[in-house]
Amino acid sequence: MPPIVRTLLTRGVPLLALYLVVLGLIGAGIIDAYWMATLALICVNIVLAVSLNLITGFTGQFSLGHAGFMAIGAYATAIISNAVAGPAGFLGGLLAGGVLAALVGFLIGLPTLRLRGDYLAIATLGMAEIIRVVFVNLDSVTNGAAGLTVTQNMDWNWFFVLTVGSVILIRNYLRSRQGRDAIAVREDEIAAESIGVDTTRAKVMSFTIGAFFGGLGGGMYASYFYFIKPDLFGFLKSIDILVIVVLGGLGSLSGSIIAAILLALISTLLQGFTEIRMILYALLLVVIMIFRPEGLMGSRELSLNVFSRLGRRRPALATAQAAPGASEAQGKGDER
Amino acid sequence: MDQLAQQLINGLSLGSIYALIALGYTMVYGIIQLINFAHGDVYMVGAYVGFASMAILGLGVFESLALAMVTCMILGVVIERVAYKPLRNSTRIAVLITAIGVSLLLEYVMLYFVGAAVRSYPPLPDYFNAQFAVGGVVISAKSLIIIGVSVALMIGLQFIVQKTRIGKAMRAVSQDADAARLMGINVDNTISFTFALGSALAGAAGVLVGIYYNTINPLMGIMPGLKAFVAAVFGGIGLIPGALIGGYFIGVTETLVSGYFSSLLQDAVVFAILILVLIFKPAGLLGKNVREKV
Repeated sequence: MPPIVRTLLTRGVPLLALYLVVLGLIGAGIIDAYWMATLALICVNIVLAVSLNLITGFTGQFSLGHAGFMAIGAYATAIISNAVAGPAGFLGGLLAGGVLAALVGFLIGLPTLRLRGDYLAIATLGMAEIIRVVFVNLDSVTNGAAGLTVTQNMDWNWFFVLTVGSVILIRNYLRSRQGRDAIAVREDEIAAESIGVDTTRAKVMSFTIGAFFGGLGGGMYASYFYFIKPDLFGFLKSIDILVIVVLGGLGSLSGSIIAAILLALISTLLQGFTEIRMILYALLLVVIMIFRPEGLMGSRELSLNVFSRLGRRRPALATAQAAPGASEAQGKGDER
Repeated sequence: MDQLAQQLINGLSLGSIYALIALGYTMVYGIIQLINFAHGDVYMVGAYVGFASMAILGLGVFESLALAMVTCMILGVVIERVAYKPLRNSTRIAVLITAIGVSLLLEYVMLYFVGAAVRSYPPLPDYFNAQFAVGGVVISAKSLIIIGVSVALMIGLQFIVQKTRIGKAMRAVSQDADAARLMGINVDNTISFTFALGSALAGAAGVLVGIYYNTINPLMGIMPGLKAFVAAVFGGIGLIPGALIGGYFIGVTETLVSGYFSSLLQDAVVFAILILVLIFKPAGLLGKNVREKV
């Protein structure tokens, strides 16, 4: 079986099944507006958590400003899709939001990522705060603190495409040479530098890509929940996303996905009790860090490959995995 | 000109409060390289203890100040022992996340018990409300007392750090914890003592801010906490004089911005200062660039 066919079978079929099942449930009315909102929140949180995991979990850079990127994406999508009707405005808005967020991430990341230590956390926190204040004060464009109504463009089709697409792109990035550089930086920055990894470049790349998907997540949020205001994207939103990443496991994409689903369900159930929910989140952070700092999944991944392993076990799998690594090392040697 | 002088006086009062909080940040950072996010919330707890002791126990302002300092001191040590000490050998990211968790925990537990409503501080004794006119500038006794108490506390801190045995131990541990341990210094106790000192100062700042603004709420610690951290970074994190300079600088800048432009912008300006400092002089005003060693 050619690899591409196998990939399609093992990954595509389960995903397609998931898509169709949810579509059917929506059609049958079992997923009503209430659960659809939860589903939308899960998808948005998956995109946000996976992109923050790229920055914090895989590259080891602590960012507290993800809500800021989200705000940029949300407002860009809102303004563009309100101005241009139809899918062109909506998709253009999502893209513009992602690109703008990436640009801001790049501008913030370039100077601060050179620094060692926790400065990025504070700089990103400050950045998110500045973005919020700017949106509050730009009355003519953003309608200030009162907020903005957005054309509702998202449905399950778009959620599925954008969420799965984001996860696949980030996963593939992590398996590329740049992604492995990023992981090397997390493991030991000095060692990575000494074997020739351009650490600043690796960090800025991860941060910019993470910012892009943060912006995309914000755009998805705005287009489904159709009302945004600057206060939605405050410090606590950044913490919400961080809790998902930490619970799922710093360095595990599937962990982030599982945690996003778990926490969305918990917060739907605890909707009326904001304070209890926050106390729970806070305790969760402290307890996880003390007793299980690697989170639910650690850096392990739960892959859709399980479907192929269920079918047959072949040694070919092992060699297929080893081969790209070897050729990659070869490639590196040639270039330097 | 009069207006400028007036704003400067207000800025100095606010700056004293920031400086007191920033001292705690900077000492903790100096000794275990941790941004103690919970520090701003210790300050909030201090404000509530002061409120309770004045409104419920009926104590005077200065007794309440002392009570708040002692309570926060205990709280700071408990936080350190329970949440941070088990993570002494973990990655920095893990400790930082724990600090955020502790911060949220303090905020929302407080919110759960006292509610989100803003409370106003009980009426102060008459001599707090006296005002002096110097030229066209009105100086309130309140501002003078806030500045005076802060300066007295800072002098006390300086004395402890520079002249006592435990202060010497603090300086030793912040230079090199392993070497300090080899010299027979009890590093764990020294770290706890640092938390105790910093938290006591934050508690004092909490009561002073209650006197200054007259209102307190459970989430009041977030912004001043962050700004005090900016102050510490501005002056050079880990350096006690840096925290003082930074605190007063941020306080005065913020007052001037809200006096001459808009109070909505003051937060953005403070964080813009932070980002500029990080870009141009990451070691801070008084800090030296240290080459990292493998």
